[in-house]
Amino acid sequence: MDWGQIFNSAAGELLSPVTAAYALAAIGIGVHFGYAGLLNFGQAGFMAIGAYAFVIPTLLFDFPLWAALLSSVFASILFAFLLGIPTLRLRADYLAIVTIASAEIVRYVVMTTGLTAITGGASGLSGFNSTFTALNPFADGSYGFGPWVFTANQLWVRVFGWSLVVLASILVFLLMRSPWGRVVKGIREDEDAVRSLGKNVYAYKMQALILGGVFGSLAGVIYVLPRSVQPTNYATTLTFFIWTMLLLGGAATILGPIVGAMIFAVLLTLSDGLIRGLISANIITFISSTQAGQVRFMIIGAVLMLLVIFRPQGIFGNKKELSFNV
Amino acid sequence: MSETMQTHPLVIGEVGPGCKKVDPIVVADNVTRTFGGLKAVDVVHVEIPRNAITALIGPNGAGKTTFFNLLTGFDKPNTGTWSFEGHSLARVPAFRVARKGMVRTFQLTKSLGRLSVLQNMLLGATKQPGENIFTALIKPLWRGREQDITAKAEDLLDRFKLLEKSSDYAASLSGGQRKLLEMARALMSDPVLIMLDEPMAGVNPALTQSLLGHVKQLKADGMSVLFVEHDMHMVRHISDWVIVMAEGRVVAEGPPDQVMNDPAVIDAYLGAHHDTDLGEMTGTIPVAAAPETATATATVPTETTAAETEREVEK
Repeated sequence: MDWGQIFNSAAGELLSPVTAAYALAAIGIGVHFGYAGLLNFGQAGFMAIGAYAFVIPTLLFDFPLWAALLSSVFASILFAFLLGIPTLRLRADYLAIVTIASAEIVRYVVMTTGLTAITGGASGLSGFNSTFTALNPFADGSYGFGPWVFTANQLWVRVFGWSLVVLASILVFLLMRSPWGRVVKGIREDEDAVRSLGKNVYAYKMQALILGGVFGSLAGVIYVLPRSVQPTNYATTLTFFIWTMLLLGGAATILGPIVGAMIFAVLLTLSDGLIRGLISANIITFISSTQAGQVRFMIIGAVLMLLVIFRPQGIFGNKKELSFNV
Repeated sequence: MSETMQTHPLVIGEVGPGCKKVDPIVVADNVTRTFGGLKAVDVVHVEIPRNAITALIGPNGAGKTTFFNLLTGFDKPNTGTWSFEGHSLARVPAFRVARKGMVRTFQLTKSLGRLSVLQNMLLGATKQPGENIFTALIKPLWRGREQDITAKAEDLLDRFKLLEKSSDYAASLSGGQRKLLEMARALMSDPVLIMLDEPMAGVNPALTQSLLGHVKQLKADGMSVLFVEHDMHMVRHISDWVIVMAEGRVVAEGPPDQVMNDPAVIDAYLGAHHDTDLGEMTGTIPVAAAPETATATATVPTETTAAETEREVEK
């Protein structure tokens, strides 16, 4: 077993587009949960909506990149309204139930065989990346050093993905230091109190839901740009991965979701590589290499529980500001 | 209340349940709210006088808080209309009611724990353009207003003796300080009518005295106050007008001395022994006078009891 290879691929995950997508999606639920107190358990649904609304117009109507991105943003805004209008007047728990269910609905709808002509059914969609690679500003060649050596196209998708992450973080920073952020954080604490002070709580919750949902949909775009759309990727596990990343980093922080996503992605690859490596080196004999993939999720589940119990505020969070009882 | 015609400067005509006020700020008609088979609120007509301190009293379950919630838009009535300064407020959402100048506090204090005391205060301010999601992004558009409301917040915090706490999380305040913070926060919007739901619940006697002073000051500043309270000392000492509710209806109203001496009101709604100190009733309880509380409580309540005894003698 090549141990160097295991660490190299784990380090490569640090800057991978998938990690960027995770980070952006985590920033999205950071806005929802960390700042506004909205329990969105359907971020995978927002990502799926974003991905399909980007890919379908590109393939069917030859949308240019900017128009496809707009279509993705627009679709997620519609989805946020659809979820928010009936549920945001109710308690936070109801939004949680509705989001988790609707994310599953989205996944089953795109997998429907009747829609195969549009959504590709269970096999998903591919071959939509040309509008993106056509805009690649980098000349052919190889870039970077160590575990981070990329082709021009790999570099372009990373630069694009991480730029969106940085822009989203700046936007969240600007909003959360503003009076708007103050109202939203007040709603997280007690929405009736904020209502009694003359703020339209419903409108603020809707704005927060849309903002985080748009980040989710753009994360969905970054997620599929270097590969194809696979409906099975958008199961609830994806949502809970993103929650883990957010809580790992710290829910109401700017850097938390980004660092949380990086740590999580690296650990995911590293633990997989290490377990497989130990099995092939006959150090671990009681599990097979096909079981290894499952074992690491057990470990991750245990880590999440320990995290919530012993460090609910995450890596960057201030314990006083954000304990778990939102 | 009795056979002889009784009048009062706040009232047109005779004093009694639902009587007309000279200058009402809130007028409610036929407001009902049922929970299943229970008619929690059934108010035929009531008027709240302007620039006065009005107490809303009654036994537990009388519908006081429900009536409060209805007036402020936190609950929807089954029937009824009510107006605030002549504008109808029926079916107006709670946040619009607050914007019109009718601001409330809550029985269970709602301080925003993980915001600082100052942030709590700033949230009470109105006309902050930075509360719009788009203008929020450009700081110069809201910096000026932020400075104004910060100065105002610090002023109010100073008045409520919370200024040195301004950068602490509200969650770190004591229960009484949270009550003060909630009241101060409500004042950030310069309300016309401030509605306090049990402002004295769970507040120690020393702080009660300071809260009483603040409530009186509100009236002196030109505001009208409506409060729900169980503490009869407070009702007696600061209210200009008392409205008594029972089983959802307004059963009596009048100036405090008159209402509280109405035998029917006393027996039915305040309990026959409302005026008797529990210590006196059961004889001496030496344990009750714990050394540390004795100093805090001794000064104020003895004065009030003395004042009451005098008043009883005059009558």
